[in-house]
Amino acid sequence: MNWDFILKYLPLYETAALLTVKIGLIGIALSIAVGFLCAAVLYFKVPVLRQIVIVYIEVSRNTPLLIQLFFIYYALPKVGIGMSAQLCGIIGLAFLGGSYMAEAFRSGLEAVEPIQAESALSLGMQRSQALRYVVLPQAVSISVPAFVANIIFLLKETSVFSAISLMDLMFTAKDLIGQYYKTTESLFLLVVFYLIILLPVSILGSYVERRLRYAGFGS
Amino acid sequence: MAEVLLKVKDLVKQFDGSTVLDGISFDVRRGEVIVVVGSSGCGKSTLLRCINALEPIQGGSVELGGEPVVHGSKNLAKMRQQIGMVFQSYDLFPHMNVIDNILLAPLKVQKRNKSEVRAEAMELLKRVGLEDRAESYPRQLSGGQKQRVAIVRALCMHPVLLLFDEVTAALDPEMVREVLDVMLDLAGQGRTMIIVTHEMQFARAIADRVLFIDNGKIVEDTDPDTFFENPKSDRAKQFLNIFNFERSK
Ligand SMILES: Nc1ncnc2c1ncn2[C@@H]1O[C@H](COP(=O)(O)OP(=O)(O)O)[C@@H](O)[C@H]1O
Ligand SMILES: [Mg+2]
Repeated sequence: MNWDFILKYLPLYETAALLTVKIGLIGIALSIAVGFLCAAVLYFKVPVLRQIVIVYIEVSRNTPLLIQLFFIYYALPKVGIGMSAQLCGIIGLAFLGGSYMAEAFRSGLEAVEPIQAESALSLGMQRSQALRYVVLPQAVSISVPAFVANIIFLLKETSVFSAISLMDLMFTAKDLIGQYYKTTESLFLLVVFYLIILLPVSILGSYVERRLRYAGFGS
Repeated sequence: MAEVLLKVKDLVKQFDGSTVLDGISFDVRRGEVIVVVGSSGCGKSTLLRCINALEPIQGGSVELGGEPVVHGSKNLAKMRQQIGMVFQSYDLFPHMNVIDNILLAPLKVQKRNKSEVRAEAMELLKRVGLEDRAESYPRQLSGGQKQRVAIVRALCMHPVLLLFDEVTAALDPEMVREVLDVMLDLAGQGRTMIIVTHEMQFARAIADRVLFIDNGKIVEDTDPDTFFENPKSDRAKQFLNIFNFERSK
């Protein structure tokens, strides 16, 4: 292992990692918003929108992110919708993540026993109050494990961004290998940086899950 | 006689075309305790759920204090505040402790003063022997304790009518008593209640009137002594025989 090489190119990886994190965070935040909306549409069985959401979820879950990115980056400009590689990465991640988050929220909502909403209603609450105070808090905490798994999954998926020439971690590693043939060092740095990004998420995730398990569930 | 509080008229309830309640009519006067009995699946739960419009109905009407209770209507939430309901399955909110379960609706729905409702809740918890469990979560309580909390939660909304749907059916035998005692106490306070139960001795002790439902209709509507000693219909006799048999086993 050539440590001088590693030290020399560390800053390059840092910049790339920041880009990965930035796109990852924005993409995931959007995924959560999209997922939440889609889950609400499915839960309330909103006509028309419901069908659209179902099609979206199937398309999104059954195509690879790489192909979604190619489509957004190379095909959309042909119909006049061009965008920067960064924006493309963010939208691609949100398109993929939205469906995964929607499924996580939806299964959480469905796992809450109907009697919970009915008790709330029979106490004189409006539907919106029953949802806000009784159903959602339970649904969200039931969704947490799936939710955390999705975040980790999406962060890992960012490794295909280099395909649309985003200078992310993967791009940097490939670039260095191509230029200097220092395969071991380049890949070592790549692994280390992904671990630096993912481990804290993982640890935080299991901490939150544990807290929720002890916080009064399973009546 | 006290005035009529609840008026159920020609109520028809169908599920996917099959008729469960087929023209149910009865009045409940203020302060009356009505016990509803009937074999399993005859529609007792459905009747209670129709009374506070958790189910849409296909015919007839429900009126509380002269005002209609209609599924999907604008003032339904308002009407439901006057009707307390306790279910068979434990229905406390698992993510909230006992006191928060009780305070949620009075604070969010009725916008009442927190310290005042809290004091009232503590008073009621004390009355059902649970003043030391205010901070407990539902999963830390026994079935009997959960049902007593559910009763207090309903009472804190100051309902004029209470509905109990087999609230002891899911309990271990040794916990049935503590819940029934709370209900007897409520009857003693002159509360208006409709109780569905399979505890026949309790039914006889607490009821002012017994309704026996069979085949979607009220077959008997009478005082408890007449119902248990001299039921008119063969169906009620059969029903009671099964219970006597169970008891003598
Ligand atoms: N949501 C529902 N959908 C379809 N059928 C139902 C539903 N709820 C109750 N039923 C049917 O209505 C009948 C009465 O049920 P229920 O009121 O629970 O009876 P009980 O409480 O007297 O045991 C049963 O045959 C039951 O299968
Ligand atoms: Mg029932």
